[in-house]
Amino acid sequence: MSLRRPAKNQPETFEFSSSSMEEANKIVLKYPEGKQQSAVMALLYIAQKQNDNWIPLAAMKYIAKFLDMPYIKVYEVATFYTMYNLSPVGKYFVQVCTTTPCMIRGANKLVEACKEKISDKENELSNDKSCSWMEVECLGACVNAPMMQINDDYYEDLDKEKTIEIFEKILKGEYPKPGSYRGRLNTEPENNRKTLMDLKNA
Amino acid sequence: MPKLKVNDIEVVVEDGLTVLQACEKAGAEIPRFCYHEKLSIAGNCRMCLVEMEKSPKPIASCAMPAAEGMNIKTNTPFVEKARKGVMEFLLANHPLDCPVCDQGGECDLQDQSMFYGVDKSRFKENKRAVPEKHMGPLIKTQMTRCIHCTRCVRFATEVAGVSELGAIGRGEDMQITTYLEQSMQSELSANVIDLCPVGALTSKPYVFEARPWELKKTETVDVMDAVGSNVRVDTYDWEVKRILPIINEDINEEWISDKTRYACDGLLNQRLDKPFIKYNGKFEEASWSEVFKIIKSKFENSSNDKVCGFVGDLTNMETGYIFKEFFDRTLNNNNYDSRSDNRFLDNSERENYIFNSSINGIEDADLIFLIGANPRYEATILNARIRKAFVNNNTKVISLNDVGDLTYPYKNLDGQTQTIKKIFEGSEEISKEIIGASSPMIIIGESLLKLNSAEHLFHLIKNFLKKNNKFTEDWNPLNILSCDAATVGNLDLGILNNEKNLLEELKSNKFEIVFLVGQDNLKFNKKNEFVIYQGSHGDKGAEIADIILPGSAYTEQNGYFTNLEGKIQKAYKASYPPGEAKEDWQIINELAEVMNNRKLFNDIEELKSSMFNYLKLQQKKTNI
Repeated sequence: MSLRRPAKNQPETFEFSSSSMEEANKIVLKYPEGKQQSAVMALLYIAQKQNDNWIPLAAMKYIAKFLDMPYIKVYEVATFYTMYNLSPVGKYFVQVCTTTPCMIRGANKLVEACKEKISDKENELSNDKSCSWMEVECLGACVNAPMMQINDDYYEDLDKEKTIEIFEKILKGEYPKPGSYRGRLNTEPENNRKTLMDLKNA
Repeated sequence: MPKLKVNDIEVVVEDGLTVLQACEKAGAEIPRFCYHEKLSIAGNCRMCLVEMEKSPKPIASCAMPAAEGMNIKTNTPFVEKARKGVMEFLLANHPLDCPVCDQGGECDLQDQSMFYGVDKSRFKENKRAVPEKHMGPLIKTQMTRCIHCTRCVRFATEVAGVSELGAIGRGEDMQITTYLEQSMQSELSANVIDLCPVGALTSKPYVFEARPWELKKTETVDVMDAVGSNVRVDTYDWEVKRILPIINEDINEEWISDKTRYACDGLLNQRLDKPFIKYNGKFEEASWSEVFKIIKSKFENSSNDKVCGFVGDLTNMETGYIFKEFFDRTLNNNNYDSRSDNRFLDNSERENYIFNSSINGIEDADLIFLIGANPRYEATILNARIRKAFVNNNTKVISLNDVGDLTYPYKNLDGQTQTIKKIFEGSEEISKEIIGASSPMIIIGESLLKLNSAEHLFHLIKNFLKKNNKFTEDWNPLNILSCDAATVGNLDLGILNNEKNLLEELKSNKFEIVFLVGQDNLKFNKKNEFVIYQGSHGDKGAEIADIILPGSAYTEQNGYFTNLEGKIQKAYKASYPPGEAKEDWQIINELAEVMNNRKLFNDIEELKSSMFNYLKLQQKKTNI
């Protein structure tokens, strides 16, 4: 695991937008009075979403004040969990699964596509600063391997060409359709097979 | 009360104790790093593993509650193997730099690796290296040595009440740091140095100064505040190298303030090591006999009632007593005082100037009302005790003024004297709270006693408490928070003048000779007074002096101090006074001999027995 430390260039201020604020208040209400600190993880995630997928120090301070807890306690949580990004990752944050099932089905082709289209190295912003990619461990969609996650959406059943297609779309600012790219509905069996009954050796 | 067996010895322990505590009760020593009895249990170092019957795995004794019928073994090969395994992991990433580590010689990891360490490493990979963290001017960090016991983090959060330390990252990448490497803002911060079981946090001013086995260790008391923390003074030859806390559950538990710990560097500088005489505005060195002769002729050339004397805040009781005797017997006047400001004091009863509820009593209190006091800075250790009471019992704290962060929440009032009046006349909500509380504490700071209306307010408070039956056999709610180590001792010895206002007379230049013993806080415009200053440091008092008598600091002479709760404690001599300086009582004794051809006391023993007789008589008078 790589060192997870805050980025050098930090914005000076951070504030919840009105929609984030609404969401945050809703979460804080779930906890008894005086125990609002429990909401820290959810609030960090809200801040991350609002701030193009990464959490600046100003946001940690803001959340610490929001929940009335010491700065260091928020900082501890943010540095502990790998799904909080502490440096800019771009508006489109691509996570490519490279765990065994995806790897067997050709995840390294997806990585190649990332290198070609986004940036040479992991965690590096693309030229237009809108996008970055990283390898991650299993995202739990092995049936649709190989796959990747862009922000909140899964793009499944990929190969190199389809991945490049997707990247070209997002780099143009379009929103590619999530889900299977071999025309499957969710994880349904391919070739119209609905059960395993007609398989000889099953 | 569960009963369990430890190494076939049966022990009965109180409910809620852990297996580790039960083992200690049975006399079995358990190695540990993260466990500390004053802190919460973390259970993350795994060094305290023991064998429990019917458990296939060893258990961490520090985190396992003692239960009925347990059969614990602490000395089996199984336990040894387990602990050796833990030690191997701890040492895997620990640098082998003991020869250049300040903790060397008093390091828990070093000691325990003598028992459980393996002589060579199987760890062939690169060791983890962690950059140094900045934690301020007092704490030096060498985080590669850290074994992640988190004692420092727990101390800062729980005892000091300033959550500044934390563990960032995780796994091998975990690092202990302050938020963005800011300095620690706690006045108890340097205690983490003592808590650190390895050399990760060490003392910055003491870095590479000495090895623990070269130091002479003297157990004594501290004089930086009126609490009287018990400390150990480590000296190398004359020099005081460092000051460490020693355990006294009734006073400082295990902590001392940073002021106490690092005041020792002042013992090296600006010292008065020779008698001086001022000629034409310049100090010149002189001999003891010369200065005594000059003082004698000065005393002879002025009438006795034109002489006054003041003792300072850090002088011990022997000095205070012989100073008083010098005035009473040699000069035949009572123009002496230990106060350097016009503060109200009614010394007819001892309870009027001490901290009656006692420091331990803070934990029994259910309401604490601070009036004109900021315990965080005036008595740090006492403040830590109030925080402990708040954490354990949720004690309610009210302060008249907003005194900033006290490390616990408190309700602050508007800071007006009118408010005190209203409260203790019984017309406020808080009056009812005080009446309703079973053991309230009213803590009165010196700033209240300096008010013009102090006498009225003090009696108002006391009468209110009396009227509502708050004084009982085992509870006295009246507490005065003195700030200086010598205050209570000097008042016990009666070093004050209630008949006239010496300070006013001094300000209007009525005296011809002013004798200051360690007193640097007097504010007056010097005209023709002849000022004799006796003390250890060249400070404000020495600046205005015409003659300087070099005395000793608190680490350089034996002497008694009475702390703010009225507990008398002896400070021991750890070092000796520099140059020609002498112990304070000796100087006054010799001066008396020069003046009258007769010493006041033959030796220190006579002085002490005379002083204790006086104290006994005094105590009878003031019913304590």
